Amino acid sequence: MDVSRSPDTVSPAADTSGSAVIEVRALTRRFGSFVAVDRVSFGVGRGEVFGLIGANGAGKSTVIRMLTTLLPVTSGGATVAGYDLVRNPGEVRRHIGYVPQLMSADGDLTATENLLLSARLYGIPFREIRSRIEQTLAAMDLAPFAHRLVKAFSGGMIRRLEIAQGLLHCPAILFLDEPTVGLDPAARHAVLGRLAKLRAETATTILLTSHYMEEIEELCDRVGVLREGKLVAVASPAELKARVGPAATLDDVFAALAGEEAKSPEIQAYRDVRLSRRAARSHG
Amino acid sequence: MSVSPAGLPARTADQSSRAFRYFEQVFGVCAAEVQKLYHDPFELFTRAIQPVIWLLLFGEAMARVRGLVTGSMSYINFISAGILTQSVLFVAIFYGIAAIWERDLGVLHRYLVSPAPRSALVIGKALSAGIRGLSQALVVYILAGLLAVPISLQPVHLALMVLFIIVGAALFATFSLIVACLVKTRERFMGIGQIVTMPLFFASNAIYPLAIMPAWLRVVARLNPLTYEVDAVRALMLRGGTSDFGVGSDFTVLAVVFAVLVGVAARLYGRMGN
Ligand SMILES: Nc1ncnc2c1ncn2[C@@H]1O[C@H](COP(=O)(O)OP(=O)(O)O)[C@@H](O)[C@H]1O
Ligand SMILES: [Mg+2]
Repeated sequence: MDVSRSPDTVSPAADTSGSAVIEVRALTRRFGSFVAVDRVSFGVGRGEVFGLIGANGAGKSTVIRMLTTLLPVTSGGATVAGYDLVRNPGEVRRHIGYVPQLMSADGDLTATENLLLSARLYGIPFREIRSRIEQTLAAMDLAPFAHRLVKAFSGGMIRRLEIAQGLLHCPAILFLDEPTVGLDPAARHAVLGRLAKLRAETATTILLTSHYMEEIEELCDRVGVLREGKLVAVASPAELKARVGPAATLDDVFAALAGEEAKSPEIQAYRDVRLSRRAARSHG
Repeated sequence: MSVSPAGLPARTADQSSRAFRYFEQVFGVCAAEVQKLYHDPFELFTRAIQPVIWLLLFGEAMARVRGLVTGSMSYINFISAGILTQSVLFVAIFYGIAAIWERDLGVLHRYLVSPAPRSALVIGKALSAGIRGLSQALVVYILAGLLAVPISLQPVHLALMVLFIIVGAALFATFSLIVACLVKTRERFMGIGQIVTMPLFFASNAIYPLAIMPAWLRVVARLNPLTYEVDAVRALMLRGGTSDFGVGSDFTVLAVVFAVLVGVAARLYGRMGN
């Protein structure tokens, strides 16, 4: 893949040089009286890969859904790609890509048609649409399947297409919510490989969540640990391990810091399991 | 600051105008829906069965009831416009189901996280209902032609017909989307869909003229957008067809209602992902 870091490929639109690309300030979300995200603050630098870990129900998806403007914040705020999340959600959307926990590719369209839809939604210039779609498909190893219906894809292929969708408009930040959930090891490996390459070759900032400690360790510069809606630690994987013990693994970190599944009302736990199973099924 | 990921050319400075971009977003959403139909046209065929049944069974049977005063028009002529409108309505009204389905799958979020204004998304989906409506209309035209209904093939009439079918279908698809945003589950939507669609249909001039309705029903019918759709369709579909309100007024009513519904739907659609 031919990748340029030269200044002429730099988009002027989201200039946040000198400050964090994502700056989260006391971000809070309540559902009724239940506090799903509780005064979470952290920053992510340009080109950084930031991981959010935590047990089911810890609030990872809720943080991402707020930062991607899908869910209104209850209080607090954030600057995303240089724009205020609450006051300027439209500009935020223009500069981010999002790969949700559930499906985001349409199974009734081909891979190319899915990307064409994205290109039109994001206003990619006419002349560039075709070449960008081809390049993005090639970058995600999907070129041979460009004209196949997505419902015939494997889970890993769908995930890679969704990443392609999220990257087509060259966002400053890519948000990925459990990008490897429900994938078999080979498919996981392929998805992780693409992300590692993206990380190595571009300055795209990545914020992802995951349950798999080894992939967090492999990909992330820094990790935030969420526990019952609160951010209990932010550090590099190595620092986190050192904090827990001399021979600690990230799994030990998880056990020590992230705790058990959040004690949210039962009906919500049921909803979580239902959603993640469905996601796993539709991807796998 | 965003160096293009994956070796792609970065966004150029070429910024098309806002209006053009809006149009492109509407077009993109609509085109995706049409592509789905192209991949799986089965639905178009099954949908075509309903107007056939209405026209052949109901229309032919009712045509023998001499009591219905439909002016100078024979009943089968009168009702073919009603059935055309009905089949367009039925295609459109279940658009909400598709929205709920997309929300459950997660596909909805890709739309909501994009910079497209919510109204562009809503209009794009609504216009694709218009495209489906056109295929329904074609079926009714062919069938009515076979039943010797005097179809007008004047280009002006056909062009206006296309316009009315698209606006009418878009209007009811948007209405359906609003209901979907409010009820949020497929089960509830199906229930509401039944409750809403039938009165909408019967409290209109689709299968009997306004003139024979009791006064109260006539008031309801005049508040029902479907009445204006039927009125225009009847005038445009049939040779020598006439309109009660005038095709221009019909269009104005439908366009205004559509605009209002798009405004409401755009607000609700954005919150559907919560
Ligand atoms: N729309 C919602 N309504 C009510 N509760 C919700 C909603 N979305 C999430 N929650 C609750 O908020 C908590 C955090 O959820 P989530 O962010 O999905 O957790 P995670 O992604 O870390 O597993 C969970 O207890 C979940 O049940
Ligand atoms: Mg989650």
